[in-house]
Amino acid sequence: MRTVDSHAVGEAVREAVVRAATSLRPDALAALEAAAARERSDRGRAVLGQLLDNAAIASADGVPLCQDTGYVWVLLEVGVEACVCGDVPAEVDAAVAEAYASARLRTSIARDALTDRSNTGDNTPAFLDVAFAPGSGVTVHVMLKGGGSDNASAVRMLAPGDGEEGVARFVVETVAHAAAGACPPVVVGVGVGATFDKVGGLAKKALLRPVGRPAADDLTAALEERLLAEVNALGIGPGGLGGDTTALAVHVATAPCHIAALPVAVNIGCSAVRTASVEVG
Amino acid sequence: MPEAGEGRGRTPVPVRLPASREALAGLRAGDPVTLSGPVFTARDATHARLLAEVRERGGELPYGLAGQTLFYAGPTPPAAGRPAGAVGPTTAKRMDAATPELLAAGIVATIGKGPRSGEVVAACVEHGAVYFAAVGGAAALLATHVTSAEAIAYPELGTEALVRLELAEFPAFVAIDTLGADLYGSAAREWARGRQGSTDDVEEGQ
Repeated sequence: MRTVDSHAVGEAVREAVVRAATSLRPDALAALEAAAARERSDRGRAVLGQLLDNAAIASADGVPLCQDTGYVWVLLEVGVEACVCGDVPAEVDAAVAEAYASARLRTSIARDALTDRSNTGDNTPAFLDVAFAPGSGVTVHVMLKGGGSDNASAVRMLAPGDGEEGVARFVVETVAHAAAGACPPVVVGVGVGATFDKVGGLAKKALLRPVGRPAADDLTAALEERLLAEVNALGIGPGGLGGDTTALAVHVATAPCHIAALPVAVNIGCSAVRTASVEVG
Repeated sequence: MPEAGEGRGRTPVPVRLPASREALAGLRAGDPVTLSGPVFTARDATHARLLAEVRERGGELPYGLAGQTLFYAGPTPPAAGRPAGAVGPTTAKRMDAATPELLAAGIVATIGKGPRSGEVVAACVEHGAVYFAAVGGAAALLATHVTSAEAIAYPELGTEALVRLELAEFPAFVAIDTLGADLYGSAAREWARGRQGSTDDVEEGQ
């Protein structure tokens, strides 16, 4: 059994936060460039041009890609032949506080959603999930999620009879309803299956995939292609100002579920999909 | 209600802030613009405070805000020698409930991202106000068009404080004009209907 100290998890989180905040993922950059080359709307091209300039400035000057440097979602993937020792939540929060101060990121966490909306001042707590994986590796995945794109997201418990058509209708409705304010072109993460509480995580995890890489399964990949075409037919376009590119990609992740259930979640990612993954140790 | 056009060209219209009602009345939804001059950052918590103060003062704006522009934004701290490392628009619709009252009190323009309510469109018509859309996600670029930042009120709100920013040729689009044309309301529909959105013909015709 391989042993990893929680301090090393903190180190990985620190590195991942700063990278995700200031440099656009190469796959996201390539997707934006491809969209700029295809886009037929003048305004759409102007918006995409600004987003490409923005990525260059952020990376050259080490400044955040977006003023909303988000909440921090950490997915700690632990191999079944590895063991992480120590106070992981405390190390993660300490790393987040340090990274937000040193990289001059905005702190955007309210102490309590209902009873105390004051800012915690250091962007903690992070939102931490732990998942098991095969092997002995330990990986930290970090996503900085802005309020605008997360607010545009939705979960619905469909009936099994609603099938693929029902899933498609819900995804397109959700994008049509909210994508204009969610910094399009968006990346649409779709979760189908699992349970009410887990389907949102499935959709969010789909945003970690390289932008536009199809799902491994052919049926799912075909659904992704169909959904991308339907979403882009909405005409919302870059910045929501009209155009061909409402979404850069639709990523669908599926899972087992109860025989009575068809849970669906749509987690909208903005054009920057700010994630970074770091191997620990 | 008039339809937003495709804008009258690709060359941005320079707008000097604070903008006169006459200058604002000349803008049309869809126009690209560059904004130069002072704006005041205000987002969720700022709006709650501002609205309370306006009501306390019998409908009058505090802090010299009459005739000024609100920018829905919460900047990051100073970085790279700039007053904010990144500053871009936040989703405007969260401010919709407060906007008609603030426009009635004398705010003449707002900057944000995303569509707004019918009430805000109507208030823009009633008060001759304009809503500008900036590009969400372009905050590092937009920060290069901000030359200074000065705290005005509510410093305890952190990034939600009321801060006066000086803009220099800050790129934006007219999203709601003084006639009530609404770019977000029409752009997607028109594009989806197959209008090309190219302004080539408009420019060539001029």
